[in-house]
Amino acid sequence: MTEVAEGRTPLLAVEHMTMRFGGLIAVDELSFTAYRREITAIIGPNGAGKTTVFNCLTGFYRPSAGRIVMHVDGEILQLDRIAGFRIARRARVARTFQNIRLFAGMTLLENLIVAQHNPLMAASGFSIAGLLGLPRYRAAERAALERARYWLDKLGLTERADWLAGVLPYGAQRRLEIARALCTGPALLCLDEPAAGLNPRESAALNDLLLAIRAEEGIGILLIEHDMSVVMGISDHVVVLDYGCKIADGTPAEVRADPNVIKAYLGEDEVEELLINERSIVTPAEAGVQSDRRSPGAPGFPPSRE
Amino acid sequence: MTAASGLAVDKLARPPVVWAPLLKDAALAALVAVLLALPLVGLQTYDIGGGALGIRTHFDWVAIAAAAVFVGRLALRLHPQLYGGRAAGGPTPISRLAIWANRQMLPITLAGIAFAVVLPFLPFSSRYLIDLGTTVLIYVMLGWGLNVVVGLAGLLDLGYVAFYAVGAYTFALLARDLGLSFWEALPFSGLVAASFGIVLGFPVLRLRGDYLAIVTLGFGEIIRIVLLNWAPVTGGPNGISDIPRPSFFGLPFARSAPEGVTTFHQFFGLEFSPDHRVTFIYFVILILALITNLFTLRIRKLPLGRAWEALREDEVACRALGINPTNVKLSAFAIGAMFGGLAGCFFATRQGFISPESFTFIESATILAIVVLGGMGSQMGVVLAAILLVTLPEFGRAFAEFRMLIFGAAMVAVMVWRPRGLISHREPTLRLGPQPTQGAGR
Repeated sequence: MTEVAEGRTPLLAVEHMTMRFGGLIAVDELSFTAYRREITAIIGPNGAGKTTVFNCLTGFYRPSAGRIVMHVDGEILQLDRIAGFRIARRARVARTFQNIRLFAGMTLLENLIVAQHNPLMAASGFSIAGLLGLPRYRAAERAALERARYWLDKLGLTERADWLAGVLPYGAQRRLEIARALCTGPALLCLDEPAAGLNPRESAALNDLLLAIRAEEGIGILLIEHDMSVVMGISDHVVVLDYGCKIADGTPAEVRADPNVIKAYLGEDEVEELLINERSIVTPAEAGVQSDRRSPGAPGFPPSRE
Repeated sequence: MTAASGLAVDKLARPPVVWAPLLKDAALAALVAVLLALPLVGLQTYDIGGGALGIRTHFDWVAIAAAAVFVGRLALRLHPQLYGGRAAGGPTPISRLAIWANRQMLPITLAGIAFAVVLPFLPFSSRYLIDLGTTVLIYVMLGWGLNVVVGLAGLLDLGYVAFYAVGAYTFALLARDLGLSFWEALPFSGLVAASFGIVLGFPVLRLRGDYLAIVTLGFGEIIRIVLLNWAPVTGGPNGISDIPRPSFFGLPFARSAPEGVTTFHQFFGLEFSPDHRVTFIYFVILILALITNLFTLRIRKLPLGRAWEALREDEVACRALGINPTNVKLSAFAIGAMFGGLAGCFFATRQGFISPESFTFIESATILAIVVLGGMGSQMGVVLAAILLVTLPEFGRAFAEFRMLIFGAAMVAVMVWRPRGLISHREPTLRLGPQPTQGAGR
């Protein structure tokens, strides 16, 4: 791993971050960097601490030790010192959830407008200008609507814009959650298993979408994913966790060949077999991980959400 | 059923009715009815003279109750099997009516407001009717206020009457000690109640659902008990009397006024009538209620209102989107409480006398029932439910002691046919498409 030297702009730097739950160390001295205009994948077996990392980044947990530094708008912010809900606004970190969290009783469009709450709230003069219907607020609302429409178009949800989010099929709900995160205007988009439960066609479409977002929006994407076709296909940079420790960090090709990674995914005995057929790292790993993907955490690991 | 199967060409695939489970189910319901009715209806105490009580038994009434429940339950279970009904997902006449009402919401609303405005001038109108209308409107306003907290923000508040009491006592104390009139005190009542809303809001920020309900229930009781025991200020159980009546832009409603003051009937050259004041009070609450409604309808379409609804749907997602849940919750509590306070101020001026007895838990329960029965978050539903809940016991007076029975039966009927409230439809706050699409509001 040669960093910075290649002229990449660092966006997020996690430095020696540790997260303890009582006696259990979920994340241990983790350091990695995510860059602007890059897709960084965090992979690892179940219970490796991936979602815990996300929860620390987005303010749901406060790390027990270490720093999380975000370079945004020429400022350097320390995420572990910002109150949870402010991270989305000030540091422009947006996220999606492993088990989709939409506003199910509201329409798709409303979901995307709620995502733009902070600029709209300011424009509505804390509701006073809004109550009076001042032109300033109306213009802001129109802009918000345009932005929502842009992302609806982009993710192929426009036709169902006035549907309730809860009645959408699973794949569309995943896309809507990504659209909602993008509507906040993030600098860093954190996606927690965006391909979970998608069929191969949807999964391929997701790859194209993420590549397009990276190219067009110029933002950094941080990805937790089990689907190796997504990880290997689109990531610029992969971080591998096992039992809360980083065991590898590099390009997909480097990580794929890393003996530590193979060991973590398949166990010692399988390594030899694997060296015979290098491609099989993808399939067994995927299958082994998918079988218990829906369980909230491996034994001995605390639930990933409060 | 055999006859039906012969000619049911258009109603194919109707399965034959299986009677055994239906009868068993109905018998079970009847058994519950017997258990309930036995002590409630079957045993009646009466005075045998000398202050002693005797017990009269009415097992025939218990049998009637059990039979009614048996038949009702059977009919209820049989209905979908025979007609498709809800079991087949098809529209029932009631749901069709609800859908029609949703489409025609604007004309219905305008007609409702027009009716409310002309009500006092209709030929059959009476002082009793206007009084009843005033009571209904107080509950409508309280329902709309609570709707902000419960319906929109999804915070179950069982102590809403506390804010009603705070508003009423604020006005009563301001009038007694500082001599403020109704109109001068009205904004203060709203503000003080809103501050109490925030005071309640802070400790319950982390609570949701049942836990929140218990704390708010306690808060409602605390306010009532303080009012009851803080006798030097609140008058304790004796309450506060001689609360000033509202004036018409400074013109009092009185038969004779002190020197230098023109009364309402003198100013307009009318014959004095006590009905003037009753009618005026009716219009005051009508205007207050309509302001509440307009405010809520408008704020629902603003970022704050959407944030309330988003908070109801998923608080974690709200935080991830940068919404400050503390502010959103406190604003919902404050605004809901403010309307409760305004209604309380009106209540005080209407009654002219207030005591802690007017602000018991049963009031909170009634207001919450109005919101839930109307359909959470539905403004029109609140109106319908308030009319139902307030007028039904009134019209039931003719049935004397059976009126609560009728009331209960009506509640059961509503919950059977409209389990999500009279109007469960939610209109999106904004649309991309001009026409309501298929999936919307499902």
